[in-house]
Amino acid sequence: MKLLLGDEAIALGAVHAGISGVYAYPGTPSTEITEYIQAHAPEVRSRWCTNEKTAMEAALGMSYAGKRSLVCMKHVGMNVAADAFVNSAITGVNGGLVVLAADDPSMHSSQNEQDSRFYGKFAMIPIMEPSSQQEAYDMMPYAYALSEELKLPVLMRVVTRLAHSRAEIAVREPLTQNALNPDNERTHWVLLPGNARRQYASLVEKQAQLVEKAESSPYNKSVLRSERAKLGIIACGIAYNYVMENDPEAQGIAVLKVSQYPLPEQAIKEFATRCEALLIAEDGQPVVEEQVGALLGAGYPIKGRLTGDLPRMGELTPDNVGAAMGVPTAPTFVAAQHVMPRPPALCQGCGHRDVYDALNKVAAEYPDARIFGDIGCYTLGALPPFRAIDSCVDMGASITMAKGAADAGVYPAIAVIGDSTFTHSGMTGLLDAINDNSNITVVISDNLTTAMTGGQDSAGTNKFEAICLGLGVEPEHVRVVVPLPKNMEEITRIIREEIAYQGVSVIIPRRECMQTLKRKLRNNKK
Amino acid sequence: MKKDIILAGVGGQGILTIATIIGDAATAAGLHLKQAEVHGMSQRGGDVQSNLRLSTEPIYSDLIRQGAADLIISMEPMEALRYLPYLSQEGWIVSSSHPFKNIPNYPEEEALMGELNALPHVAALPIEEVAKEHSLPKSANMVLLGMAARYMEILTPEQLRESIARVFAAKGEKIVEDNLKAFDLGLNK
Repeated sequence: MKLLLGDEAIALGAVHAGISGVYAYPGTPSTEITEYIQAHAPEVRSRWCTNEKTAMEAALGMSYAGKRSLVCMKHVGMNVAADAFVNSAITGVNGGLVVLAADDPSMHSSQNEQDSRFYGKFAMIPIMEPSSQQEAYDMMPYAYALSEELKLPVLMRVVTRLAHSRAEIAVREPLTQNALNPDNERTHWVLLPGNARRQYASLVEKQAQLVEKAESSPYNKSVLRSERAKLGIIACGIAYNYVMENDPEAQGIAVLKVSQYPLPEQAIKEFATRCEALLIAEDGQPVVEEQVGALLGAGYPIKGRLTGDLPRMGELTPDNVGAAMGVPTAPTFVAAQHVMPRPPALCQGCGHRDVYDALNKVAAEYPDARIFGDIGCYTLGALPPFRAIDSCVDMGASITMAKGAADAGVYPAIAVIGDSTFTHSGMTGLLDAINDNSNITVVISDNLTTAMTGGQDSAGTNKFEAICLGLGVEPEHVRVVVPLPKNMEEITRIIREEIAYQGVSVIIPRRECMQTLKRKLRNNKK
Repeated sequence: MKKDIILAGVGGQGILTIATIIGDAATAAGLHLKQAEVHGMSQRGGDVQSNLRLSTEPIYSDLIRQGAADLIISMEPMEALRYLPYLSQEGWIVSSSHPFKNIPNYPEEEALMGELNALPHVAALPIEEVAKEHSLPKSANMVLLGMAARYMEILTPEQLRESIARVFAAKGEKIVEDNLKAFDLGLNK
């Protein structure tokens, strides 16, 4: 037995399933999967990728070559990887390919709570949704075998509470890695329309087989006493735990556990005939609730997130699931009066602080200035005491939104983006701005790491000036500064000069992240 | 037997170390365990908490139900109060009485402590001061764990001491000793 974080159980499960590579970009709550493999499985290729799309494509390439590969990302990373992801269902796979998406219902560290099961359904591939850390571990060899049998990628979907919770895990003998065995069938892989139509027809044809697999899956099971039940619950993924925590047996409630999709339609129909009503318990969006509604027809009473029996948004908890099951609540203390929110803040001594101090000083001189932010620690510049940024949407959007706003007449239009986010999705937007000679000032706040997720390597470290020059920024408008209070006069002067310049300029404030610096100093002491 | 514990504090105060030690002790004792943590953005000086569930029986939910926690262990008094709706009527709060003020609107201290101390089962100590008095400034969290050990029941103080020795072993004998000393200070207060 090993005490492992859900992410670590996933990682170890994949390693023991014989993967030859993991491809990922850091993103909460998925980061620890790749970190665990980096620390514990030197035989597996594991260096961080530039973004989720490059990760997905490289994983597909490894699969093409006959080996098993894992690609991991947070849910919004699926949007970045979507082109490669959806088309990997058309090419199909050779070596087993598992795509791990870690969703974040309640948006603990995210800008939305999109449900990755929609992506799996969209791409028409099998989806695994473990209910526990042990099941996540156990499912990995199963998912790889399924992937190789069906010749399709398999999506595994987890949520924050599974990814970031520890439990004891029983481990098994590891499998050996596949030998190199590239696919010779070009018609599978060259998606010209003629081939793509054939491949898509084959994918459509496989759908019945996918449903059969779900009907007979060991991970979908009825926990039903033989007699009829007033209420039956379809408990998907982690929701199964919240249902079981509330002791459905004691209340005569029947349970159908669903952890493999597409939905096992026969099992659900049969379950429904034995129950008078169904409650759909699923963490995330009402994906299953909508499908079961269509499956059983309008007359069958179905409760869930759409009917208000469970909250429409936010994560499931043992409390809201218990309430939907009609379980009486325990007496509680009323919430305390003397409690204030304690939001996160930029670390003391962080270079981003000096960047925002400088930007705020200069922006005060331009009442029309707009500062477009991006995804990273520096998003905290939106909060007091800085209140410095006007937008934060998705990876890389600072530069492109500044460009569009500048095209519309906003001046000064300033973008603030971190080093890792810039290489993830900022470079292409910068090229657009250069080609259009847009009047924007881009600040690449470089702390030499991917800080917010815990200090992973940043793909562009030591390359930013070269990248900007290569894309075509004028050399005299690529300015590097050291963000320290003592340099405030120089930094503000440079920002003013570059705002005055009519065209694309890039300012790179560069100073190491306080957290990675502290860690380095600690390790050097040892 | 089952114990539901909420660990609370501010990012960087060392609650995950407490969780690691309890987790190690529970694993060594052959107990079932679930421990939900907070990672990512919320760690930057914001409030952090961990749901720790220990049981002789298998555990389903990673999260603790409202009104069900047997123990709230908090490195900070306002953070202890934050999770009050999760505390069972018979549950204990074991907390530092030393406020950590990194927000401009931190509540008035006297009112805050008044509300905390008016609850039926509270053990609060200025753990930072206690640790400093005994020249153990880095071990305040172990003072708190020692205080909590009296209410843990499912694990004995001796089992927790053994885990402290295991978890800190890599950092050398002196660190192990300091942390055990701090643990005993809390235990015997």
